[in-house]
Amino acid sequence: MVLLRLFIGWHFLYEGIIKLYNPDWTSFGYLASAQGPFRSFFIWMTGDSIMGMADWGNKIALVFVGLTLLLGIFEKWGAIVAALLLALYYLAHPSFPWVAQVNVEGSYWFVNKNLIELVACLVVYQIPTSHYFGLQRLFHKKETLSHAN
Amino acid sequence: MKFTRRDALKGLGGIPLMGAVWWAGAASSVAKKKERSAILEQLNIQPSLPSAVPGIGGEPIRVGVIGFGIRGEQLCRALGFATEEWKEKMRMAAKEDPKHTALSDFESQDKLNVHLAGICDIFDYRANKALKSFNTPDNKMERFRTHQEMIRSGKVDAVVIATPDHWHAPMAIDALENDIHVYVEKPMTHNVSETYRLRDVAMNSKAVLQVGHQHRQTLSFQTAKDIVHKGTIGHVSLIQTNTNRNDDNGAWMYEIHPDASPQTIDWDMFLGSAPKIPFNKNHFFRWRKWWAYGSGLSGDLLSHDYDRLNCVLNMGIPNSVMTSGGIYTHRDGRNVPDVLQVNMEYPNFSTGSSQPKGKEKGMTFVYSATLGNGFSRPTILMGHDGTLELGNELTIWPDGRSTRYADMIESGKMNPEVPIYQYNPGASTPDGVASATSQYFADKGLMWTYINGARVDSTFLHLREWLSTTRNGGKVSCGVKEGFEEAISSHMAGLSYKLGRRIEWDPEQGKLKPIEGIDFDEALLASL
Repeated sequence: MVLLRLFIGWHFLYEGIIKLYNPDWTSFGYLASAQGPFRSFFIWMTGDSIMGMADWGNKIALVFVGLTLLLGIFEKWGAIVAALLLALYYLAHPSFPWVAQVNVEGSYWFVNKNLIELVACLVVYQIPTSHYFGLQRLFHKKETLSHAN
Repeated sequence: MKFTRRDALKGLGGIPLMGAVWWAGAASSVAKKKERSAILEQLNIQPSLPSAVPGIGGEPIRVGVIGFGIRGEQLCRALGFATEEWKEKMRMAAKEDPKHTALSDFESQDKLNVHLAGICDIFDYRANKALKSFNTPDNKMERFRTHQEMIRSGKVDAVVIATPDHWHAPMAIDALENDIHVYVEKPMTHNVSETYRLRDVAMNSKAVLQVGHQHRQTLSFQTAKDIVHKGTIGHVSLIQTNTNRNDDNGAWMYEIHPDASPQTIDWDMFLGSAPKIPFNKNHFFRWRKWWAYGSGLSGDLLSHDYDRLNCVLNMGIPNSVMTSGGIYTHRDGRNVPDVLQVNMEYPNFSTGSSQPKGKEKGMTFVYSATLGNGFSRPTILMGHDGTLELGNELTIWPDGRSTRYADMIESGKMNPEVPIYQYNPGASTPDGVASATSQYFADKGLMWTYINGARVDSTFLHLREWLSTTRNGGKVSCGVKEGFEEAISSHMAGLSYKLGRRIEWDPEQGKLKPIEGIDFDEALLASL
């Protein structure tokens, strides 16, 4: 479980950092090419006033998830944010057989990598491990000690 | 409270991991950025800024519009006048699709100091349509039955000519001889001899002539000029430019209006210099399909592509042209070809060379067109050091065997499959383009340009430049020199198709090299 949590954190942090250090990065293409039932919502996000916020929101959320899961602190929050992000990614390009697959890699039928990682995040949420490996262990210990006193 | 070594390891174990991932991500991004900026520094390309145009002061310029068809209406919108019908249609379109920004683009367009004073259209419905929307208390507008009447009325300072091709030169010449400013749609002329005549008249007139190649305002083309000038792609030996359309509108099958009849259309006026035939709606609305009134692919669409490149390279009139083609996809009675291949030779032209002096010289410009397939083939300039794809966006790939970039390619800093430069002035602006034909023009950078990320109609900029020049003096981007080069090159292509032989230009005489027994005008406009 610790490994699962670390790997997900690793993945999110790297994605976030790459985007953070690349001033030209934008999710415009991914959103503008969105398919499926929520297409209009994602297209709305590409509006001039929203686009910048959406890009920054995504970068910050990615780094936040990466830090919480890797460091092992507020991991439940991290897992929830990660699941929400993945749900958005999934819904922008859902792997429904009747929806055109644009801007995606691999071949899927309903279940794709985003969905699997999303479920993994739910597992991380359900089975927290930061009290065993992570900063939380130090706080956790402090708490149990103070309770003992 | 006591922490063991195990606690410390397991509690803080994530920190080095985080550091490693952060470092790896940042290092990879920064390294890529550094490599890019090293390449960009070497290329030293300056994206162009819009040129400043002095404002139009004083009394509004009185403009008369000749021809209120598809293009005439577009030109009026660029001047700031849209019909109520169009506004309503665009309102509905925007309601259905919030991305449809035609109406808001129009409304946010800067206002020009223009009084739309006259309309001249030989189809009553169209003239009345213009009057209905534009003849208001703020803008008194009058209908003129003929262009001669409008030009001599003393009520217009300038005319916009958006008629079938065979009327372009006669109207432009008449206006310029009366010192009325002219904005004429492309192609500038319909045959060879009137091209010579219009050049002479324009050079002797006090009035300003602008030919309607609005893409000369497109910023990406001005940037492309800088790219080629700096030798970024080396010696260009081949240019490939194309037309691919596969829809009725793109093949000039325009709608026939139900009100059209000999009573509502001045048919003799329409025919002008064309062979006399009885009233024919098909010819009136779909005139682009016959040599008598239009210019086929060579004058209608090659002229765009030719001028796009002439704007970037300033290569002028080719030494010779060879064309072939036929009517292969729309055998509907038209006599202009719908598949056309044009090869223009420039044996003495060079864009500069990175190789030993004298090794490289000469270029072929290829125009390849079909109205039976819509696959989008880009315009590419093929140089010894790189390839430039030209449109509203620009992309440059280094060539694997480039002399200039040999070191960078060998050291892996450049890869022939990865562009070294991309210019996309509208990157954050989504575009809603209505039809296949509009998309065709938009991809080529013929419809609009981007200024500070905002989409601007290039026709508006082109008209504004013309109007400003009529008031403030200066030079227009597509004057008689550019128009002459465009018209002659297009006519050479058309003539070569018609005659099945090479057509040559004599730069010393400033004329086509004569061919014994051939009258160029007759040959070009012949119906077969």
